[in-house]
Order: sequence, then structure tokens, then C-alpha cells
Amino acid sequence: MIPLSGDIPDSKGAICGKIDSNSIVRGTSTLKRGFAHMLKNGVVMDVTNVEQAQIAEEAGAVSVMVLDKLPSDVRKAGGVARTASIRIIEEIMDNVTIPVMAKCRIGHMYEANVLDETNVDMIDESEVLTPADEYHHIWKWDFTTPFVNGARSLGEALRRVEEGAAMIRTKGEPGTGNVAEAIYHIKKVNEELRTIKSMYDSDDKQELVKMAREFKVSYDLVEETAKIGRLPVVNFAAGGIATPADAAYLMSLGCDGIFVGSGIFKAEDAQERARAVVLATTFWEEPDKVKEAQKMIDERQSLLGLDVKNLDLKMQERGSTV
Amino acid sequence: MSKIKIGILAVQGDVTENFLATMASMSELGIDGTVVQVKTIEQISELDGLIIPGGESTVIGQMSLVNGGLKKIKEKIESGMPVFGICAGMIFLSKNSKDKVVGKVEQPLLDVLDVKIERNSFGRQKDSFEANISMEPIGISSFNGVFIRAPSVSETGSDVEILAKFNEKIVAVKQGNILATAFHPELTRNISLHKSFVKLVDNLN
Repeated sequence: MIPLSGDIPDSKGAICGKIDSNSIVRGTSTLKRGFAHMLKNGVVMDVTNVEQAQIAEEAGAVSVMVLDKLPSDVRKAGGVARTASIRIIEEIMDNVTIPVMAKCRIGHMYEANVLDETNVDMIDESEVLTPADEYHHIWKWDFTTPFVNGARSLGEALRRVEEGAAMIRTKGEPGTGNVAEAIYHIKKVNEELRTIKSMYDSDDKQELVKMAREFKVSYDLVEETAKIGRLPVVNFAAGGIATPADAAYLMSLGCDGIFVGSGIFKAEDAQERARAVVLATTFWEEPDKVKEAQKMIDERQSLLGLDVKNLDLKMQERGSTV
Repeated sequence: MSKIKIGILAVQGDVTENFLATMASMSELGIDGTVVQVKTIEQISELDGLIIPGGESTVIGQMSLVNGGLKKIKEKIESGMPVFGICAGMIFLSKNSKDKVVGKVEQPLLDVLDVKIERNSFGRQKDSFEANISMEPIGISSFNGVFIRAPSVSETGSDVEILAKFNEKIVAVKQGNILATAFHPELTRNISLHKSFVKLVDNLN
């Protein structure tokens, strides 16, 4: 049994149908959120071509995320970043057995439609790409394909869940190789969860109502989240993860899994590093195993990394106020 | 009667959901026992029963190979320990698996369940579905089957009992102490399959 808080049972994305004479239903919250539950304790890796996708699969990635450019290259290139070439997404889908995800721009309903038609396993409405709508995210209940969204705070995460996100990734600062922001945001979400949990435990409905107003989401969703003391959907860490130790640390903070963007395929030792990050994520509770994983990489080959304070573009801020 | 100990293989996938369903089963059945999340050889050695949860079979297989867990699990099953494999767990238990689109992929398997598996047999995530499943041979006439990028069984050995079919595809099987389903009972409120497994473990102790 998984939490279905905030579910809209008769949403457009949930479709009744038949396989031969058997009645079935597709696109329910159980199926969409359930898919994310199957990824738990895994590593999702950003890839730009079939070769990288196969390296990721062999290394033990639980899924791959297809982009046109890795986040650090998006940052360098500037201009408008859009969804990846459909031809490349399809080529990757035909060559790996693990799930394939792809990103669309925030609020870009029709990039999402295109990805839904392409049959990707999950759509990431992502701040790494240039937002298409500054005021609205996609109404994800209209889709049969599940969505993952980024969040920097509990309020942002619950707003995305209310719009139909089946999974959350706490944001870091993409393409920096700097894990500080990812750590800051997961700790912030955890702290906010503890706060509303204690309100629930002491039956302080008045404070919970205030939180719902602050978060700009329904009271019911806040109350149900407070009751279980965690996000009602699977929550991965993302943004700036570059080493096995980064991944293990985020797992120890209660993340359900890890997204690695530029950290692997912008490093000089991608193959070993991909494997090492998976090992550290799987065995994060065993310090000797994390050390073994860390030993597989060479720090001289890590992504150089950027100081977040001096960035002109903070991708994490995109879409977070609405 | 000794206290039974059931483990949930905690390498990757939906471990917690199976943990909770097994705890609830024990308590409803009034069976004295513990449920633990296991990963290491030492933890696996102490078990009376094991559940291999849903997840990605390539990851569960590869990571179990790394720490020697795979060999230990195989040994325990061959010496009679009951095991319940769900979706990825069903693939991991099998002798042979190939993907519907990609074909044969090298992946570590336990090679204990005498079946051939077709991975992603019903399609990709958008094709994932819920449907009513009947498992008459174990007395469960109606069950909400949650199929997520689910596999199916394409061939069975002579010792394998077919528990359920959907749309002519085999989706639940039993072979001695091995139970396997292509769908996810742990994602629903219905714990009758987990209860069957707990009873199977309890009867052997």
C-alpha cells in the first residue's frame, strides 16, 4: 500500500480500457506513483546518446534521463534549452531495458504531449530547460505518463504533487558539480516535514491551516503529509552530485534515490564513476563499501565544479514561486 | 514452534511496502515472528523466508552479485527456504529472461525458478495497468493486479504450477517453495498474497 494523498481519481490521465475482453485501467495514481516506488534506492543517470545509456545500464543505473546536452553544457551554451531530439530518445528506448525518462520545459504542455506520445516512462518537467510558462506548471493529471518535478521546499513539493507529480526530486544547482544546494534543500524539506508532523501529533489544526496557506496548497494534502511525516510521493536528490560520497551522504539524509546529471558523463572516468555511484547508493549504510566505491574514482577526473554564489544563472529558482 | 524470521531483500526497489505488508500479514494471522530488511550474507543466512521486491531486475541482480548475496540466496532457496519474488523479483528468480524489445540482455539471475521470462511483456510505463486477477489454485478468487512495466512467464518447466493468467499470459506461478508474481500486491491494500507466503514459511517451521 502506498500513500495516495492528493489523488484525483477521475483525472483525464486515468483511462479505462480493455485488453481483449479484460477490463483494465491505466494512468492511475497507484500506477504512476508505484512506478516511482520501483526506482527507490536507485540512481537515475543523465545521458545524451545510446552509448552513454548502455554504459549507465551496465553500471546498474535504475533508469536513464535523456537530454540534448548535459546540464553543465546547457549552462555554458546559454540560449534556450528545449526537450531532446525525439529520434535520440527513441533510439535509446530501443537499446536499453531499463526505464527511459526525458525532460520537458516547465509549463510546456505540448513538449510533454510529444514525450507522452513517444512513450517515455516518465517525464521530468525540469528547471534545467528554459521555462516556457513563468506562471503555470503543467496540469499533470491530464497525462497517463507519470511526471517528476523538482522542489526546493516542502511547499513547492506539495504544489507539484497537487498538480499531479508522481515523484519529486529535491533540487540542487544543476551542472555545477557542487552538492551544497542539494544538501541544503533536502535538509530544509526534512525540517519542514518535522515541523508539520509535530503540529499534527499535537492536534494543532490552526497551525496546519496556516501552513497550507503559506504553502499555497489544500489543507487536506498538508494534513495527510503531516500525518505520515514524509512526502506522499517518492523523493530523490538531484543537482550537483559528482562522487560516490556525495550520493551516499544524500541517501543518509533520507532521500529515496539519486539523480546524477553532469557528474558522471562530464567526468573523465565515466564508466568507473557510474558504477561507483551506484555502489555507494546501494550500500550507503556500510562505510567500507562507500570507501571502496570512492576509491574507484580519481578526484583529478571529477567535474571541476562551480561556486554556486557566483553564478549568473540559478536554474533552481525557475518555477519555484508558483 | 520457533519464531519465524522473514527478510525483504533491501538492495533496490519497493522494500518498505513489502515490509509493511508482511508485518500486517503476521499480525492478522497471529503468527509470532519478525520482518527484517536484509542485504548482507550474514543477514540472509538467518532467514526462514525471503521476499524479493519489485524494482529493476538488472540492478537487484548486479548489486546482489557484488556482495555475495546472490550465491547465498540461491543456496538458501535450494535448501528449502521459501521465497516470494515480485515483478523484478520474479525475473531474478528465473532461469532465463529476455526483453520484449531489446532481446537477450546479460543479467545475473538466481536460476532457481524453472521458467522463461519475457521482460516488459505488456509494454512501457504508459501501458502499465490495473486489472482483476484470479488465483484459484491458492484460494484467491479476486485480486487487484497492479502491473508496472510487468514481465510475464513465456515457458514453464514441469514442476511449475500456474496460479494466474492474464490475457493468455502467465502472471503468477508456484514451484515448491517458490512463489512469484508479475504484479505488485504490496502496492494495494490487499495482503492476502503476503499472508499466503507467511503461512508457507510458518508451516515449514
